[in-house]
Amino acid sequence: MVSRPVKFSIQGLHVHYGELCVLRELSLEILANEIFTVIGPANSGKTTFLHSLNRLIDLAPGSRVSGRILLDGDDIRLRLEKENLRRKVGIVFALPLPLPLSIYENIVYGLRMQGVRDRAVLDEAVERSLRESYLWEEVKDRLRSPAMNLSGGQQQRLCMARILAGRPDVLLFDEPTSGLDPISTARIEETLLELKERYTIVLVTNNVAQAARVGDRTAFFLMGEMVEVSETGRMFTAPADPRTSDYITGKFG
Amino acid sequence: MSPRLSQKIAFALLFLATLLVVLPVAVILFIIVAKGASALSWDFLLTMPRDGMTAGGILPAILGTLYLVLGAVLFAVPLGVAAAVYLVEYSSDNRFSRLVKLAIVNLAGVPSVVYGLFGLGIFVTFFRFGASILSGALTLGIMILPVIITSAREALESVPRHFRTVSLSLGASRWQTVRHAVLPHALPGIMTGMILGLGRAAGETAPILFTVAAFYLPRLPQSLFDQTMALPYHLYVISTQVPGIPENVRYGTGLVLLALVLLLNLAAIVLRARFRRKKKW
Repeated sequence: MVSRPVKFSIQGLHVHYGELCVLRELSLEILANEIFTVIGPANSGKTTFLHSLNRLIDLAPGSRVSGRILLDGDDIRLRLEKENLRRKVGIVFALPLPLPLSIYENIVYGLRMQGVRDRAVLDEAVERSLRESYLWEEVKDRLRSPAMNLSGGQQQRLCMARILAGRPDVLLFDEPTSGLDPISTARIEETLLELKERYTIVLVTNNVAQAARVGDRTAFFLMGEMVEVSETGRMFTAPADPRTSDYITGKFG
Repeated sequence: MSPRLSQKIAFALLFLATLLVVLPVAVILFIIVAKGASALSWDFLLTMPRDGMTAGGILPAILGTLYLVLGAVLFAVPLGVAAAVYLVEYSSDNRFSRLVKLAIVNLAGVPSVVYGLFGLGIFVTFFRFGASILSGALTLGIMILPVIITSAREALESVPRHFRTVSLSLGASRWQTVRHAVLPHALPGIMTGMILGLGRAAGETAPILFTVAAFYLPRLPQSLFDQTMALPYHLYVISTQVPGIPENVRYGTGLVLLALVLLLNLAAIVLRARFRRKKKW
């Protein structure tokens, strides 16, 4: 395996909601241009981990974060504006959540908030990001129609295009296919494999097989702790921890 | 009792209760229209009162009420919506925000005559606005603030949480999120509050009694600092204070006030429907 530069370095991360500790003593590195998958049962802290990476965690009432997260060597709490961080680290949620706007306006929302007004720039971003998410051919003739009219799978790819429009560095996916049919799921997975040429991807999934299909490295979370992290192939053939092997063979979860 | 029978009785009772709500409205409307319609004419609507209000029209009162309502809404809606945005979008649930919410509830319970006294003390005397449209509009504005704030809060809270999350996750600031992802979708609800406030401001007599309303002033106000006649107070005056006013003039004035409020409501409802049509989620 070629050694890649480190994109995210997470050092001693703890997250509490009030008194409840949901992530404990987490240290790991995410490498550039890999698909880093996170698996684990419900309430294992996967989503909390993902939301820590772009500080959406700050929105959760009573959340407290300690430890350090470095993005390209910069502490995301000290060296980066929240707004800039979230542009660099985009997220696609579990459910397709388009805003009640047209397809076009959904995609340029982030750019407009940055103050981009130039029509040509916006048009270019829309076409480029829709091509990247393999939605362009399906919607190019109805960019002005409401995003809510798209199918679930299309909406989820629109949500991908929406973050790609802002030229991010890292893409976070929170169980992006949990509400989709198998064909839409396959298309999203293909897209992920394409996208990792240009972006770093962190994929949280409750579908173990999906992690095996697309992941380069995989971490297994259980009750707020990372049980193990290794290359995806090794995790699925020779897990180091018996709990990992129990989970991926379906004994619990 | 068989379930069929109890079902029938329940239905009949509920229907009767609903009917009893409609009935008074219908009767009031009928009486006012029947007794007042004969007074209506362009002359009545568009000319000054004459001969100590026993003859002529009610133009100054109509215009006065319009000015007052408009002023009250212009003052209360921006202030109330801003306060609601602060309470819903910015403040966390702390002692201060609970105090503010309590104050709003209490404000809603204050009798209107107390608002009148308050307006007299603050606007007329302390700020030296005198008895004027400005004082009256501000007093009415404060009176309808609780309605505006409460309905704006409900409207903001009914905007799905994830609109905010998505907007913030795309790198929008807090204020951009409020401005572009929340407020547009809360507009219909905010308009509802405005409609309720409108109706209330147009119909109240007590708050304008000491702050603006003129007993008999057969000329149009020239500035914000002029006194003016207003429909509710005029109605009170010609019904109880001045003898010899023909009955159809009194009911006609009531009819005009009613029609004015309904018209203002209708305009706001049409506006709200247009905003609502854009709502797609």
